[in-house]
Amino acid sequence: MATTSKGLFGSSLARKYWMAVSGLFLCTFLVGHLLGNFQLFVSGEEGKLAFNEYGHFMTTFPVVKVLSYLTYFSVVLHTVDGIMLALQNRAARPVGYVKEKQSANASWASRKMALLGTLTLFFIIVHMKSFWYEMHFGALGLDANGNKDLWTLTVTAFEQWWYAAFYIVAITGLAFHLSHGAQSAFQTLGINHPKYTPIIQKTMTALAWLIPAGFVAVAVFLYVVQPGQNL
Amino acid sequence: MDLTLKIWRQNGPQEKGEMKTYPISGVEQDMSFLEMLDYLNDQLINEGIEPVVFDHDCREGICGMCSLFINGEAHGPGRKVTTCQLHMREFKSGDTIYIEPFRAKAFPIIKDLMVDRSAFDRIQRAGGYISVNTSGNTIDANAIPVPKENADKAFDAATCIGCGACVATCKNSSAMLFASAKISQFSLLPQGQPEAKERVLNMVHQMDLEGFGNCTNTGACEVECPKGISLENIARMNRDYLFASLSSNK
Amino acid sequence: MALDSKVPEGVLADKWTKHKGEIPLVSPANKRLLDIIVVGTGLAGSSAAASLAEMGYNVKAFCFQDSPRRAHSIAAQGGINAAKNYQNDGDSVHRLFYDTIKGGDYRSREGNVHRLAEVSRNIIDQCVAQGVPFARDYGGLLDNRSFGGVQVSRTFYAKGQTGQQLLLGAYSALNRQIAKGRVKMYARHEMQELVVVDGKARGIIAKNLVTGEFERHSAHAVLLCTGGYGNVFFLSTNAMGSNVTAAWKAHRKGAYMANPCFTQIHPTCIPVSGENQSKLTLMSESLRNDGRIWVPAKKEDAEAIRSGKLHPNDIAEEHRDYYLERRYPAFGNLVPRDVASRAAKERCDAGYGINKTGEAVYLDFAAAIMRYGGEEAHVKGLKNPSDVEVKALGEKVVEAKYGNLFQMYEKITASNPYKEPMMIYPAVHYTMGGLWVDYNLMTTVPGCFALGEANFSDHGANRLGASALMQGLADGYFVAPYTVGEFLSTDIRTGRISTDSPEFEAAEQAVRERTEKFITNNGTKSVDFFHKRLGKIMWNEVGMARNEEGLKQAIADIQALREEFYADVRVLGAANGMNPELDKAGRVADLIELGELMAKDALERNESCGGHFREEYQSAEGEALRDDENFAFVSAWEFTGIPAEANLHKEELTFENVELKTRSYK
Repeated sequence: MATTSKGLFGSSLARKYWMAVSGLFLCTFLVGHLLGNFQLFVSGEEGKLAFNEYGHFMTTFPVVKVLSYLTYFSVVLHTVDGIMLALQNRAARPVGYVKEKQSANASWASRKMALLGTLTLFFIIVHMKSFWYEMHFGALGLDANGNKDLWTLTVTAFEQWWYAAFYIVAITGLAFHLSHGAQSAFQTLGINHPKYTPIIQKTMTALAWLIPAGFVAVAVFLYVVQPGQNL
Repeated sequence: MDLTLKIWRQNGPQEKGEMKTYPISGVEQDMSFLEMLDYLNDQLINEGIEPVVFDHDCREGICGMCSLFINGEAHGPGRKVTTCQLHMREFKSGDTIYIEPFRAKAFPIIKDLMVDRSAFDRIQRAGGYISVNTSGNTIDANAIPVPKENADKAFDAATCIGCGACVATCKNSSAMLFASAKISQFSLLPQGQPEAKERVLNMVHQMDLEGFGNCTNTGACEVECPKGISLENIARMNRDYLFASLSSNK
Repeated sequence: MALDSKVPEGVLADKWTKHKGEIPLVSPANKRLLDIIVVGTGLAGSSAAASLAEMGYNVKAFCFQDSPRRAHSIAAQGGINAAKNYQNDGDSVHRLFYDTIKGGDYRSREGNVHRLAEVSRNIIDQCVAQGVPFARDYGGLLDNRSFGGVQVSRTFYAKGQTGQQLLLGAYSALNRQIAKGRVKMYARHEMQELVVVDGKARGIIAKNLVTGEFERHSAHAVLLCTGGYGNVFFLSTNAMGSNVTAAWKAHRKGAYMANPCFTQIHPTCIPVSGENQSKLTLMSESLRNDGRIWVPAKKEDAEAIRSGKLHPNDIAEEHRDYYLERRYPAFGNLVPRDVASRAAKERCDAGYGINKTGEAVYLDFAAAIMRYGGEEAHVKGLKNPSDVEVKALGEKVVEAKYGNLFQMYEKITASNPYKEPMMIYPAVHYTMGGLWVDYNLMTTVPGCFALGEANFSDHGANRLGASALMQGLADGYFVAPYTVGEFLSTDIRTGRISTDSPEFEAAEQAVRERTEKFITNNGTKSVDFFHKRLGKIMWNEVGMARNEEGLKQAIADIQALREEFYADVRVLGAANGMNPELDKAGRVADLIELGELMAKDALERNESCGGHFREEYQSAEGEALRDDENFAFVSAWEFTGIPAEANLHKEELTFENVELKTRSYK
């Protein structure tokens, strides 16, 4: 699995750049996604209509469509590149240590990026089957405004304890993944400066926990409030 | 002190190796770790057992020849020390100490705890120099002032001793800290500029060819590096490589 | 054979320029036909191999370490001298020349030393061009510090890692030539024998340390850049692998060994702590810029410290004996190494030593910390700072200057030198003696050259601090690449040297037999057992102070030790494959023979000069008594079979440009 070409494709550093760029792009996607999710805090008919309106906009507006293709591409790139890197890294040490004390010198999350990434990928597949697939190809009912009723699909999913629990575990995994990945992407892209790096690191670490916290808050809210039962 | 040593023994590059257990007593606190191994070897010789082979030379932490993965860490539990500077006062009587060779595909084992780190030399040969002949006619040393900050940073990067602890520690066996230290040293100095692009492209390429793993920014290398080489150097290499790739004509 | 130093005639300052202009050139086309072997890749070896390859010769370089970068030059700490006069303190080529001759106690060659001083300036230019990160001041220009035995600041440095930075510079130049295919590098190879064909050095037998195979390598010239032999004392600041084998094999093949007894005992090393110690660690001489050396003035205080009842910080200023400042007010703590070492030994022998073994003195930074702290407080505009504040500020300054050394000290001794004084004691560090070479650096075996510490040429009886790096690089970058031309220009029609000749056959056979003997010896003692015993004999009788009786005893003891070694040494394992014990056995065998010759040389030199102190020849105040009338010569020893029966050849030293004076640092 040795990388043997120079430049922006194929070299070890290039693979890292693509991981960083796609990862950072997916972070911005997460922010957008979260802002959309916040609309779920508004319950009742009003919230339902607004959310479905938003859903309609997100699946039809051309600019968003371009962004969504970029997102799909980033997920695939991040995954494929990540797997290739993991294989390369594994091949670099065919015989391991009998005793290894990794906790002495590196954080848990930084050492478990492949595992956390795999968990996140599994979550994405389940999550897309639950909502994205249904929205695009499923047989969703229409709301009063004639938009596909994504809202009802969403809130009823989270009213089941096991779905909410799975979601929260997966998002926690994502949080750990981000806690290392989000700030490490800057290092990979060569951004390391005595004055700015501490700020970047603090900001990205905060975001790494706040974004997932936002997702979890929505999930907890939906499970506790059970808005689907009240309509 | 009485200790139980568990040491990797392997007769040759192609042979199968295994951990062997050696109880040892009479170890003194003031011994360095390698003196403890000398002491063990002396006992082994008296018992007719072939002594444990390990690399070592200067025994003052600068030649980079000593290695060893001790109790799960490169150069043992100390910070900013090589194995030869590690002293037995860091251990307690009754301890079990695991001693293994540095592990990486690019560092094949020669015998017991001795590994072949010539991959590092090949990375240096790919561009770790400034092309200036010996002539006696180079410009005066003070002709180009170098900002102190850059000179100091270049020095800090240049203090790498090439021991390979970064590779041994890294869960990916990555050599990025090593390669970036030399790339940074020259990148920070005016003398290094003419060849800067080619240097970073070629050295990274050679590093890839040697079969080292990739960097996942765990930072373990920086923690275990006996010379405290900073991760900043890896970032600088990443940056230089990116710009060199974008602007190179090839 | 009469010894001809071949120092050119003429005015001292013009000798080198004139000589360089007259050395026959070898045309580029012919250089391609000439092979050169370089053994050792320290400062001298790496720089020579790189420079010769740049010039167009085919170079094969050998080192026993796993990489050329690991040669022991890497451990040099303090700095490198050069007569740049950047500090405008009156330095000049002549002054560096004079200081070196005087520091060497007038036992070196004027011509060689002046050349060294001349090219010193080129070295700094060359190294900066290679990207060596020397220390700089805030204006971006190069900084300097002072070293012992001189009154100017001419030492360039890179914190406490100057040797490392210079070696990595030379290593990078070497790498460039390896990458071009101009140098073929043989790491983990050790020279086992010099091959002499028709009276000329024509190759070596090298052992591949990984496979155990013996390889024949031929060349038109062989450069030995194999460092010094301080490990003859077992405990020294040398690396564990440093050895005399290459030089000794050349000696046995006809190269004379010059002034082998001139050994430098470095005053500031970490004292011996126990029986199992394997090496001694140097604390750079640069520390004497700021550290003050002392012992208690009262014997009862020293005894109280030794028994742990008293702490050095509790001894009042007036009860401390800053003996260097007392005895040598002009140079104080910055007297040359030999003087400082003997003074420490004198105090400890008199019962003022301050560690368990009674063999240590203090090197104290408290005054420097307070002085620097005061300056910093002033710069920062602090009004009436407390002692604690001043101390904290001062510690920062000292840390910036010597941080890595202080850290190294603390790691080894578990004592914090910022809080309590360092303990130091002299230890074997450098060997001024070595293979005799002429002005072209050629030994008495034509075609065999010796560079750097391996030769004897520039430091006389005592080397000044920061001059070893200077000499290694001068020889490798700026001297040998030119001077080999004089020998090689006669060789352009020779063609490739065959390795099938009877001489190669015989040399390889001899090496095989030696190796076989060790493996099949079935003795009972490890190699280190003998090495440690050799070290004890050498340190006690051929160390800092020597006398006739002790030296005669040493010769007898070493001869007995050699017999016992061959009869009883035990080397386990096989000859085919990596076997460090076997390699060590070969090295120790040669060190034993060398030790005998050193004792012989010391016995024959009936004077005290530099690092060679004969107790019979000292003044009433205990200062060394040199005898210029009878001993102003280089002792060059010719091997005859038994080291103590070597033939002495004298190269008379003539001093036309300096007046021989009693060295005074008072």
